[in-house]
Amino acid sequence: MSLLLEPSPTTIKEEKLYREMGLTDEEFAMIERILGRLPNYTETGIFSVMWSEHCSYKNSKPVLKKFPTDGEHVLQGPGEGAGIVDIGDGLAVAFKIESHNHPSAIEPYQGAATGVGGIIRDVFSMGARPIALLNSLRFGELTSPRVKYLFEHVVAGIAGYGNCVGIPTVGGEVQFDEAYEGNPLVNAMCVGLIRHEDIQRGVASGVGNTVMYVGAKTGRDGIHGATFASEELTEASEAKRPAVQVGDPFMEKLLLEACLEVVHSDALVGIQDMGAAGLTSSSAEMASKAGVGIEMNLDLVPQRELGMTPYEMMLSESQERMLLVVKKGREQEISDLFAKYGLEAKAIGQVTDDKMLRLYFQGEVVAEIPVDALAKDAPVYHKPSSEPAYYREFQQMDYIPHIENYEETLLALLAQPTIASKEWVYDQYDYMVRTNTVVAPGSDAAVVRIRGTKKALAMTTDCNSRYVYLDPETGGKITVAEAARNVVCSGAKPLAITDCLNFGSPEKPEIFWQLEKAVDGMSEACRALATPVISGNVSLYNETNGGAIYPTPIVGMVGLIEDVAHITTQSFKQAGDIIYVIGEATQEFGGSELQKWLEGCIFGKAPSIDLEVEAARQEALLKAIRAGLVASAHDVAEGGLSVALAECVMSAEGLGAKVTISGDFVAELFSETQSRFVVSVKKENKEAFEQLVEAKAIGEVTADGTLSIESEAGETLISLSAEQLRSVWKGAIPCLLKSKA
Amino acid sequence: MKFAVIVFPGSNCDVDMYHAIKDELGEEVEYVWHTADSLDAFDAILLPGGFSYGDYLRSGAIARFSNVMKAIQQAAEEGKPILGVCNGFQILLEAGLLPGAMRRNNSLKFICRPVTLRVENNETMFTSLYEQGEVITIPIAHGEGNYYCDEETLQKLMDNRQIIFRYHDENPNGSLDNIAGIMNEKGNVLGMMPHPERAVDALLGSADGLKLFQSIVKYWRVKHVVTS
Repeated sequence: MSLLLEPSPTTIKEEKLYREMGLTDEEFAMIERILGRLPNYTETGIFSVMWSEHCSYKNSKPVLKKFPTDGEHVLQGPGEGAGIVDIGDGLAVAFKIESHNHPSAIEPYQGAATGVGGIIRDVFSMGARPIALLNSLRFGELTSPRVKYLFEHVVAGIAGYGNCVGIPTVGGEVQFDEAYEGNPLVNAMCVGLIRHEDIQRGVASGVGNTVMYVGAKTGRDGIHGATFASEELTEASEAKRPAVQVGDPFMEKLLLEACLEVVHSDALVGIQDMGAAGLTSSSAEMASKAGVGIEMNLDLVPQRELGMTPYEMMLSESQERMLLVVKKGREQEISDLFAKYGLEAKAIGQVTDDKMLRLYFQGEVVAEIPVDALAKDAPVYHKPSSEPAYYREFQQMDYIPHIENYEETLLALLAQPTIASKEWVYDQYDYMVRTNTVVAPGSDAAVVRIRGTKKALAMTTDCNSRYVYLDPETGGKITVAEAARNVVCSGAKPLAITDCLNFGSPEKPEIFWQLEKAVDGMSEACRALATPVISGNVSLYNETNGGAIYPTPIVGMVGLIEDVAHITTQSFKQAGDIIYVIGEATQEFGGSELQKWLEGCIFGKAPSIDLEVEAARQEALLKAIRAGLVASAHDVAEGGLSVALAECVMSAEGLGAKVTISGDFVAELFSETQSRFVVSVKKENKEAFEQLVEAKAIGEVTADGTLSIESEAGETLISLSAEQLRSVWKGAIPCLLKSKA
Repeated sequence: MKFAVIVFPGSNCDVDMYHAIKDELGEEVEYVWHTADSLDAFDAILLPGGFSYGDYLRSGAIARFSNVMKAIQQAAEEGKPILGVCNGFQILLEAGLLPGAMRRNNSLKFICRPVTLRVENNETMFTSLYEQGEVITIPIAHGEGNYYCDEETLQKLMDNRQIIFRYHDENPNGSLDNIAGIMNEKGNVLGMMPHPERAVDALLGSADGLKLFQSIVKYWRVKHVVTS
C-alpha cells in the first residue's frame, strides 16, 4: 500500500478505522489529546501495537504488581529482556519465559519456531549466553486430527529452531485437555549464563548516539502480530496467517554469536530485540527507559520487499532483528564486528533529547509521538472482577472415587497422555548440544552443569491448570510449589521464577478474577519459598468462539546445585535401598488424573496446600540430598503415589520395588495430595536420613524388575513388571498419534 | 599434538569438540574460521556438527564451497587425520572426500538419543584403542543421517574395510547396511553421524567416545617417533 492510499487522519477518526487495530474510542480520544491533533495512519498503528495488552500489559499491570520481585540474589527484575539472578563466582543466570500461543494456533510450525527465536533473543540481548531451552505446551485431547496436527508441528517447530541454533532443549511439559482444543499454548523459556560485568540493558542513553539496525531485513510479515495476540481467536483468525512471522534459525545463530561478541565492546550503549511490535517497541522502550527520544530515517531500514510504507516497517514483526545504540563515532567498529558474521549493522537514526519518537521517510516527518506515551505512560485498566458461579459450586462438592482394580487403574493412568512418557517429543529435540546436560528430559528437573565450576543449574516448567481452574488461588500456590519440588528433587536450591500467565479474556470479570486469585496464590508461594519473580509474560484472550482455556500460569523455575555431586534423579539406583514417602495422603481427587479418567471431566476442590509444611519438607529433603544421603528423589504429582513409584521403577534399569501401604488404598495409591516425595536411601544412610527428614519407610528397591504394592495384610494390590509399565507408558502417545480419529 | 576445530557459520558442536580435546583429551586445540587459507599448523582436523549455512539447500552443500575446504583437501592428501562428525560428515560427503550421500531419516524426524554402535574395524588411526566388534554407546542428533551409496560403492567399502561403525541394537535412521561411520580408502578421513565428542565424560552418560580421540593421538605419537 503506498502512502497515498492510506486513509487520512480524518477518515481514520470518522470511519473509526482504529477499531480494526484494536483501539477503543476512548483510547483514540486519548491519542488525540496526547498529540494535540489527529494521528495519521502510521501513528495510529504505532499506538495500537504499543497499547495492545501484549506490549503494554494494560489489563494485567495492576495484578502483576503483587508479585514479589526482590531477593538477595536478584540482579535484574522484570522489565528487561530477561531477569537475572546471581549464582556466585561472578556468574549469574538470566532467564525468561514467553508465549507464542496465537501464532501457533494458526501456523504451528512457524508459530512455535519463532516463539523459541524470540525468547533466545531476549536472553542474549542481556549479554547472556543461552545455555538451555525449555517449553510448556497445552493442546486439546489427542484424538482429533487438528490437535494431532498442531501437536506434531509445534514440536517440529521447536525442534527445527532450537536444534539449528545449537541450544539444547532440556526440559518442559506437555498436557492435553479439551479446554485447549482451539487455543493451544506454546510457551518457550530460555536460560542464559552471564558474567556480572557483561550485563546489558535495553537503554538508549547519550544524546547524539547512533541507533543501529542489525540482522534480517524487514519484510511484511508479522504486521500487527502483537494486536493479533491480544484478541480472541475466531474462525476469521485463519485470515490473519500473514500476522504470523517466519523464522530463520541460521540468521539467529549468526546474530547470537555476533551480539555476544559486541557486548564486550565499550562502544555499545544499549541493545534490544525487535520482538513484538518490532522497530516500534524496541525504539520507544529504549528511549523511554533512558528518558530520551529517538529519531530514525526509515529510508535507511534494510528492507526485504519493495515499496514498504512507514506503517508496514514500524509494525512488521520480521524475526532475527536487533536494535543497538552505539557511541557516536564508533559505528565502524560495530559494523566490522558484525561483518565477520556476514551481517550488516546499519545506522538508521540517533538519540535525541526531546523524548519524541520521530520518523522520517522520503524527506518528510511521518510520525512524531512522545515516547513515554507509547511505553511507560500507556493506559492501565483496573478491570472488574467477580467470583464465577462454578467456583462456589465446586467448593461444596466432595468427590470420592470408587476403584476395584488397582492394576488396571495404574496402567490406565500411565497411558493418560498427560502422564505418559514424552519421549516422542524430546527425541526430536537436541537436548545434548553444548555437552553440559547432566540430567536429560524425563526426570523432575533438567540439570545443566556450568563448565569450569562445580556448579550446575536445575530447571523446570510446571503448571497443573486443572487445579488452577478449580481454585485459582490454591492452584497458583501449587504451581510454584511443584516447580520448587522438582528443582529440589534434583539437588538444587530454588532461586527464582519466571512466569507466563495464559488466561482467557480479561474483559470478562470471571476470567479477571481467575487471574487475580492465581497471582495472589503464586505470590504467596513465591514468598514462602523465597523464589521471587524476575521476569515474565502475559498472554490473555486465549479463547476460541467464547470459550476460555483453563487459567494456565506457567512457572519456569531455576535452581542452583552447588556441587555436581549433589545431582539426584528420580530413578531407583540399587536393590536393597529403602523407599520412603515424605508426607501423608488424604482423599484429594478434585482435578486429579484419576477423576479425569473415571469421569471424563474435572470438578470439586483442588488439593489443599500448606506452604509452611511445603517449605519445611523441601528444606529438609535438600539438606539430606546435599549430605549425600539420598539415592533418588521424585515428587508425587499427577496420578499420585502409584504413578510416582512406577516412574522411579521405569526409569531404572532392571530394578523393581516392593512396597506396603496401609489406610485407604485409593487415597494412598492415587490421591494427588500435595507436598509429597518418594525417596530412596541406601541402608547404611538410614539413621542419618531419618534424623534429617520426617519420612515413612514403605518398602525397598528390589532386583526383580517388578513394582509390587501390598496391603499390610499381605494382599497384593499391584504387581506389574517394569516392562509392562514401560510399554504402556511409552507407547501411549505414539499410539494416539497413529490411531485414526 | 594440535587439533583444529573448523567453524563454519552455523556450526554448533564446535564448542563440544573443542572442550573434548582440551579438557578430556588434554591436547592442544584451536578454532579455525571457515575463511582460513592454511591448516599447516595443525596435526589433525575436526569438522564439527551443527547446521552450517542453516543446512539450507542440503546439509553441507554450501559449506563445501568454503575457503577452508581447499586446505582440508590438502590436509587429506597429506594424510593428516580428518574427522567429520554429523554435519562434518555431511560436508565431507558433499566435498567428495568420502563416497555416498545422506538422505533424511526414514522417520522424517530429527532424532536425538544415545545409540549403540559396533566397532567394525579397529585397525585404523581412529579406532585402534577399541576392541574389534566392541559395542559402544554414543549419542546421535540429526535429521539427515540416512546414509546411502550405490551397490558398487558399498561393495568397495566392505572390501576395503572402510565401514568403521555400524548401528548395533537398532538402526535409528534407515541408513544402508546400518552404516554409522565410514572412512576413505587411504584411511585418514573418517565421517560418522554419532557424536563421539558428546561421549567423553561419564557425568553426561558415556565416555565411550574418548578412545576415538585417544586413538588419533596414539597414531600421531607413534608416527612422530618413527619419523623424527
